This record gives sequence, structure tokens and C-alpha cells, in this order.
Amino acid sequence: MSKPWSEIVPKPRKNRFRWLIYVALAAIYIWAFSGVPFNGFKETAGVITKAIFSGIFSPDWGFVYLPDGEDLLHGLLETLAISVLGTFISTFVCIPFAFWAAVNMSRGKVISGSGKLVLSFVRTFPEIVMALLFIKAVGPGSFAGVLALGLHSIGMLGKLFADEIENIDRGPLEALISSGASRMQVLWFAVLPQVLPGFLSYTLYRFEINVRSATILGVIGAGGIGTPLIFALGARNWDRVGIILLGIIVMITVIDIISGTIRKRLV
Amino acid sequence: MSTNTEKIRPKAPRKLKHYFTAAILIILLWRSAVLTDSSLGELLSGLPNMLDLLKEMFPPKWSYFEKIVDAMLETIRMALVGTTLGAILAVPVALLSASNITVSRWLHHPVRLLLNLIRTIPDLLLASIFVAIFGLGPLPGIFALTVFSLGLIAKLTYEALETIDQGPLEAMTSVGANKIQRIVFGVIPQVQAHFMSYVLYAFEINVRAAAVLGLVGAGGIGHYYEVTLGFLEYNKTCTIILFTLAVVLIIDYASTKLREKLL
Repeated sequence: MSKPWSEIVPKPRKNRFRWLIYVALAAIYIWAFSGVPFNGFKETAGVITKAIFSGIFSPDWGFVYLPDGEDLLHGLLETLAISVLGTFISTFVCIPFAFWAAVNMSRGKVISGSGKLVLSFVRTFPEIVMALLFIKAVGPGSFAGVLALGLHSIGMLGKLFADEIENIDRGPLEALISSGASRMQVLWFAVLPQVLPGFLSYTLYRFEINVRSATILGVIGAGGIGTPLIFALGARNWDRVGIILLGIIVMITVIDIISGTIRKRLV
Repeated sequence: MSTNTEKIRPKAPRKLKHYFTAAILIILLWRSAVLTDSSLGELLSGLPNMLDLLKEMFPPKWSYFEKIVDAMLETIRMALVGTTLGAILAVPVALLSASNITVSRWLHHPVRLLLNLIRTIPDLLLASIFVAIFGLGPLPGIFALTVFSLGLIAKLTYEALETIDQGPLEAMTSVGANKIQRIVFGVIPQVQAHFMSYVLYAFEINVRAAAVLGLVGAGGIGHYYEVTLGFLEYNKTCTIILFTLAVVLIIDYASTKLREKLL
């Protein structure tokens, strides 16, 4: 009882090089923050912020539906259409990639490793840059956006699908092989039923992400609701900015709720 | 015999639902294709253009590399500052939206709703709005990344907060610790590693996002895409793309390794 607690309970050993990490972190932060050019806000910043907020609370309801077709509903529908098509394309294209990248479906680790590398390469390529390149190829418009989303989503969907394939139960496969099924039959009757719910769930998840991406494609001229938003921002038409933002928020929230409900039922 | 087996064999499930789903899907795709003017013919006619583009992109112009190093450093800096500010702001927000720490339902539900609203707005849209407010430059980009990281980190952290072990908290309450002491000594040690991992994850995403923010004038390397594509200098664009890919892959790799060590 004579010893104080601090001597009985040993203190956790500290890493001797801990201070080095702190110094490095501090150096990085000094470098990062000193490089930020901060010379006060524009004097109009406050006014514009107020204008945008008042725009959100008193939106330009007239923009929701216009007879000439260049309105909010058309923009949102186009955004949805871009994401539906983009997701559909990538779902189909990524399936062979997923089988290529799955360890238990390929002949060796080298083959599946190369598949994973290709997928991660596609994944790191920003969709907006892909859209820029597709605009050069097929001209500005929503089709460039569809292609960009379709190509970019292959990276993530392919990886998720490959993970799903790697997690399947070997039992049905072996049973089919032992009864003399061909490779296609094994794929169709043993692999596909096991991975299908997962595939569908990931596809819906990617669809949610694609709706978000499709809203920004218009910023560079690849269709969707982003185009009128950029025009409204350029024209300083804050009420219209407000209604478009409101529309985007409502659309994404509704899509997330619907897709989330379906995904919960799938898995 | 045959009637016997038919009795034993269960009926195949009705396929009507599947046909219905397929029909809806096909209509959806068809309408979408009409709305976006997508057609296979257009893709095929655009294919030669695409091949030309690829041909002009290679070989990349390596000498352009020196000109974009500064912009790339600015990109990383933006991601770093944005993530840090977002992470700092995320701490109180996460504490307020965790139902086991902020017990009052009238407090944590509105905060969560606000958090969900923030997360619906994509980063590039945030950036273009901030550019309209603050003018061109990296500052609006940093703010956009801050808001985006706040949404992401706060959501992941409050979910981690809700799964913490209540034992230490009860022990501390029973010896008379106050709210702040409970958070500092009971909650933070349990979620610290998770929080750091989420911050690193947000940083990974932010580096990718910061690389394209320049397209709307929010600083970083994205600005150079427009410059080079506008002058049809595709070999320079290729240099930018490859440089960005390399930086993103390196940061991803380092961050993933760090996160594995943390958890």
C-alpha cells in the first residue's frame, strides 16, 4: 500500500521517434498553410452569400417548368437519364473485367493482379477529365457525359464485383463440375445465382454516386442540370441558382432513399 | 409415375415479377437514350475522333512537367488544408449528431438532417458556388473541400461514436466525471484511431477532387486542362493526366498503408 499507483501501473511505452513524426507533420502543415494566398475576402462576398441564401429561401419557382423545355425538370430528367445509361453501360462492361480480376476465376495471381491494376487505373482517372476527352471526341452534350460515367464506373464496379465473386461458396461449383457441367454451365448455374444480389446492390450504389457526378458534368458542357446552374451563376441570377440547388438536393435525397430501400431488401 | 413426380416437385416461382422489372428497365433505358441523344451510331462515328485524340496524346510532352509542378503542389496543399479544416469542424458536429452522446432528440436529429443535406451537394458544385462568392483562386476550392470533408468525416465519425463501448463512460459517470471529462477520457480514446483513418480517407478523396476543381476556377492543376485542351495541345494534357495519376496513386498507397496500421 505504500507505493503510489503511478509506480505499480506501468506507463505505456512511447515510441522514441514519435517526436520526429510530430516535427514532420508540423513542417507539412506550415508548408501547406503558408502557401495559401489569403488577402481578405472580396467585399462583395457577404452580399453574394446573402443573395444565394435568400435565393434558396425564395426560389424562382417559374423555372421549374417552362414551355420551351429548358427548365429545371428537363435538366433533372436529363441528369437522371445520363446516370441511368452510364450505370447500365458500366455494369455490362465491367462483368468480364470483374471475372478477370477475381483470383478464384483466373488461372493465376498474375492474371487477376493485372486485372486489378487495370481497374484501379480506370478508377483513379477522374470522370470529369474523361468527359472533357469525350467532348472532344463526340462533341458537347449529354452523350459525352454518358460515356464518361460509363467508363469511369467500370473501375469501381469491376473491383466490387470481383470482391463479390471472390467471396462465393465453392460447394455448388464443385458439385456441378463433378457432375460434368461445362464451364459456361458452372458460371450460369453456380456462380451467377450467388453473385447476382450483390451485383445488383452495388449497381444501385454506383447509380447513387453517378447521379451526384451527373449533376456536375454540365459544368464542362457534358449535359445535365449543371449547365443551367453555371449559366445562372454567371448571370448572377441567384433565385434561379436557389431553385436549381433545391432541385438537386431533393432529387439526390429521393434517389438515395429509394435506392437504399431496395438495397436493404436485396442483401 | 409421372403424375407422382409432378406432385412432389414444387412449382417454379412465378416469373411475372421478373418480366415486369425487365420491361420497366427497358423502357427506362430507351427513354434515357432518347433524352440524352445517345446512340451506337454516334459512338461509332465518334470513334475515329477518339483514336485521333489518343494518337495526338502520345507521346506525352515531358518538358511541360516543370510548368505544372507548382500547380500540383497547390492541389495537394488545397486538399491538405481543406481536409484539416473539415476534420476540425467535424469533431463538434459528430459529437452533436451521435445519439449516445447528445441524448436530446431535438438536437441530434436536426444536426444529422443538416449533415445529410450538405452531403448531397457534389464538391464541384460547391466549388462553383464558392467561386461566385469569393472569386477565382484556391480559396473557394479549399472551402468547397472543407465543407465536403466536414460532411464525410462527421458522418463516418458519428457512426463510429454510436458503436463505442459504454462501460468506460458508465464507470466515469459513477465516479462523478462531468460531460467534458467523459468525452475527453472516455469517448476520444475509443474513436481516435477511427477518426484518423476517416481523415486520411477524406484526404485521398480530396486530392482527387482538388485535381479537377480548377475546371471551375477554384485553383489547382485542373485549370491547366482547359488551357491545354483549348489550344489543342493534347500531348501536354497527357502529361497532366499522367502526373495526376501518379500523385493520386502514391498518396492512395501511402494513406492505405497508414490506415491499415491505425486500425
